[in-house]
Amino acid sequence: MVANFFLWVESTRAHTIISESTWMFAVIESIHLLALATIGGAILIVDLRLLGFGLKRQRVADVARDAQPWLVYSWIVMIVTGIALFTSEPTKCYYSVPFWWKMTFLALATIFTFTVRRKITQADESLIRPLYCRLVAVASLVLWFGVGAGGRWIGFSG
Amino acid sequence: MHESLYMYPLVESVHVLTLCLFVGMAVLLDLRLLGLTLRRVSVQELTDRLLPFMIAGFVIMFVTGVLLFYAIPVRSYLNIFFRLKVIALVLAGANALYFHEGIHKRVHEWGADARTPARARLAGAASLFLWAFIIVCGRMIAYNWFDCDMHLGPVMQTLTGCPSTERR
Repeated sequence: MVANFFLWVESTRAHTIISESTWMFAVIESIHLLALATIGGAILIVDLRLLGFGLKRQRVADVARDAQPWLVYSWIVMIVTGIALFTSEPTKCYYSVPFWWKMTFLALATIFTFTVRRKITQADESLIRPLYCRLVAVASLVLWFGVGAGGRWIGFSG
Repeated sequence: MHESLYMYPLVESVHVLTLCLFVGMAVLLDLRLLGLTLRRVSVQELTDRLLPFMIAGFVIMFVTGVLLFYAIPVRSYLNIFFRLKVIALVLAGANALYFHEGIHKRVHEWGADARTPARARLAGAASLFLWAFIIVCGRMIAYNWFDCDMHLGPVMQTLTGCPSTERR
């Protein structure tokens, strides 16, 4: 069933357009990278704060609230350009081990960020143990690093 | 480096993922200068607290970047996107220096304002544009559209510094 979906993607017009164009893949990937820098900044500034680095004089909730829109915008750009890149080469992705790693990390990182991490960053700091804040930050960094490393490795495999 | 199977992908991965640290922090600072995020945090606090991370990120970027160039020096040097990237890097450096030595010297006067002075906003906008351009050029270096063996026109041949086909 999964394989059928990948085959269907390959039969779409979008696949033909992107994969036959000389520059389209390169341009979409560049936008993907611009959003990577932005989402990286939006995640790091909050995780660093949770770890006790960076904007130490600000409350976690304030930093997280200001970073949130940029996290959401760049996440959306990442997903849209990511789908376009995937549409260009579904067969390669299907057989790529790093692709499946990336998708797994992406699902986990997204769920974690918008549930556990969001709850922690919105909560009253005095009621949360600092150790718990640090654990959440480390988990977030590990999960998002998995997404990034997996993504870069798709290009090197196959 | 050129002959190793894993070295190049590893160094390149570090180079790309450090974007999050270095450009990510720079983007936040630029957005703050433009009044688009962290408006209640003073610019001075941002530059004080984020600079160590930006410097660390830049050092990693620079070292891995030099290694990547070192692996494929001739093709990179003759690559139009590599040349554009280096020019933009110099401009981004000049912009940062101009900001730092100029309006940022008086940051204690305006740093707390949500709306920063025009020169600070201009520096933020220029930085955002230049780093975006640098990232795009960096990505494009990988493509061979304007490599020396691609039958370039006279203009591209001059810009890339490719030896003319007759001489080869």
